[in-house]
Amino acid sequence: MIDFPEIASIPLAKWIDKAMDWLLVNLDGFFDAIGFIILQVVNGIEGLFLFVPWFVTVILVGLAGWKLLGKWKTGVVFMLMMLLVGSFGYWELAMRTLSLVIASVVFSLLIGIPVGINMARNDRSQAILQPLLDGMQTMPSFVYLIPALMFFGMGKVPAMFATIIYATPPVIRLTNVGIRTVDQEAVEASKAFGATPRQVLLDVQLPLAKPSIMVGVNQTTMMALAMVVIGSMIGAKGLGMEVLLAISRIEVGRGFEAGISIVFLAIIIDRITHSFSETKTK
Amino acid sequence: MPDSINSKDPSGDLSAKDPAEKPQVIIKDLWKIFGRDPKRVLKKELRNLSKEEVQKKTGCIIGMRNVNLTIEKGQFYILMGLSGSGKSTLIRNIIRLVNPTSGSIEINGQNVTKMSQENLLQFRRKTFGMVFQHYGLLPHLTVLDNAAYGLKVKGLPKGERYAKAMQTLETVGLKGWEDYYPGSLSGGMQQRVGLARALANDPEILLMDEPFSGLDPLIRRQMQDELVELQEKLKKTIIFVTHDLHEALKLGDRIAIMRNGEVVQEGTPEEIVTQPADDYVQEFVRDASPAKVLTAGSIMEAPKVLLYAWEGPKTALTLLRSEKRNAAFVVDKSHKLLGVTRADRLEKLLEKEERPKNIPSELIKQVSTVTEETILEDMFAIISENPYPVPVTDEKGKFKGIVTTDQIFESIAPLEGENHD
Repeated sequence: MIDFPEIASIPLAKWIDKAMDWLLVNLDGFFDAIGFIILQVVNGIEGLFLFVPWFVTVILVGLAGWKLLGKWKTGVVFMLMMLLVGSFGYWELAMRTLSLVIASVVFSLLIGIPVGINMARNDRSQAILQPLLDGMQTMPSFVYLIPALMFFGMGKVPAMFATIIYATPPVIRLTNVGIRTVDQEAVEASKAFGATPRQVLLDVQLPLAKPSIMVGVNQTTMMALAMVVIGSMIGAKGLGMEVLLAISRIEVGRGFEAGISIVFLAIIIDRITHSFSETKTK
Repeated sequence: MPDSINSKDPSGDLSAKDPAEKPQVIIKDLWKIFGRDPKRVLKKELRNLSKEEVQKKTGCIIGMRNVNLTIEKGQFYILMGLSGSGKSTLIRNIIRLVNPTSGSIEINGQNVTKMSQENLLQFRRKTFGMVFQHYGLLPHLTVLDNAAYGLKVKGLPKGERYAKAMQTLETVGLKGWEDYYPGSLSGGMQQRVGLARALANDPEILLMDEPFSGLDPLIRRQMQDELVELQEKLKKTIIFVTHDLHEALKLGDRIAIMRNGEVVQEGTPEEIVTQPADDYVQEFVRDASPAKVLTAGSIMEAPKVLLYAWEGPKTALTLLRSEKRNAAFVVDKSHKLLGVTRADRLEKLLEKEERPKNIPSELIKQVSTVTEETILEDMFAIISENPYPVPVTDEKGKFKGIVTTDQIFESIAPLEGENHD
């Protein structure tokens, strides 16, 4: 083997570390502020989920399954899944995981939808963002944990920060594609009647792109769930923590219980968010 | 009409116009070039090259080249051409859905090309209504909300815009459908919604981009007929894009034929069919029967013999015999057509003892008449059951001339022969 010449090595890792150091020193206040906002939101949601009695939540999930998916059987299956999670003794952890997911998704959508809209209306913005999004999605998700940890320390906030970064690309992408593939004649018609760009967006582009955007919401939610589980490695309490403990102690049964609880949550969240993307007209 | 190309005969313009009034739409030297840095194509050394050469040299595509058109108020104006000929680009330029590269578009004396974004939006709201090939309806809104969309953009309160939209929906024959969604309507009905939406604004100019191309032939014909009827009432300026010659001939007051972004001929349907400017237009109109465009007025002639009601039967008969005619039309003092009288009947009358002073009315047979605007096609039925030439009269029944069967066939025949060999 011929060694790669050492002289040509680029110390990218070092540069990034330096940049991180600089950011940590100079933008400390900024990250504190972000961390504070994230924490408030997630605590609020968590408080709500832990405050509501378990049977109310189970019934609500059952109702959602029935009403949104159209079949009472689905509602019953959802309720059974929730009851199983509770019977494993994971009710509280599941609620914590759920609130982390919901809080992360809220932030992801707040960032993702406007960015997606901007990307759809501006070709240059698309040219810049497209490779960035590709990179964000292909990067191994663990990598995000490191800077998150450095900025925010251990706990929920860094886990959510990493989750938001990891989960936002799909909704940006699908908002962009959704708006770009809206029937051009409908857009032209709106413009021809003298609609302002804002009117075109609100009256035509967003409503017609809604199914696509909702697929984005669904994907973002699923990715958020996956990432929140990984986020337990840096101290976010939840079902992921149980899996992690089970691995370190080689407790197959415990790992399976926690694992299947995550799967149940995933199924319920997926079905419910998926139902939003199916348009029900007429 | 100084700016229009090939407009040999402005009198063919069917719209009544006040000579002092300026044309509603004046398009001057309009160019549209797609690609990077399009202005460079307008330079001297490039602007006269063909579309292909320009594309090879610069990578730019010429969408429209030096278009000059004048459209009068109330005119039904057709832009015709194959796909890629620039007709859709042109209609989009007029409302600036596409911005022209150079040239000017003047509408009601205002230069649209120089308008600021804010003024443009206002201008679109009050001047235009547009109808699209694939309807361009909003599937998440009901028929009523769709029809009211233009009014919503204008900022009208809900009650008012629904009232107006209901009215136009009724005009286009969609009463009772207002709560349905467009998706549950047939293509023809969806296009009616599109038309209602455009009319609800009460626009001065109606832009129609191949509105009937997507419809079944039968529905298409029906919609065309209804549009003609509607236009008679509304008298809007209509700019109508189509690739269908029959549609163009049927609807248009004037037609501009486009090819590769240029207007190759502009004129009345009759001029286009009878005097195609070049091979391209000729190819276009080869299937068009002149019977669909030629009017009785354009081929009528004066009769050899015309009898007056106050003439004596003897005089009448002499006149007929001198021209070797068996029958002739009779008019009264105000030149109003009374009917036709036959030589053999006059002879019989003269054999009698009492000779009336003038041609008795029982000898004058009433006949079907046409007006100068009647197209030849509509006269076939008359000539097939009637041995006489067809008399042409004006609305008041005043005699203008006659059209003989021979003339009809002559005017149809030569061009067809030329085209089909």
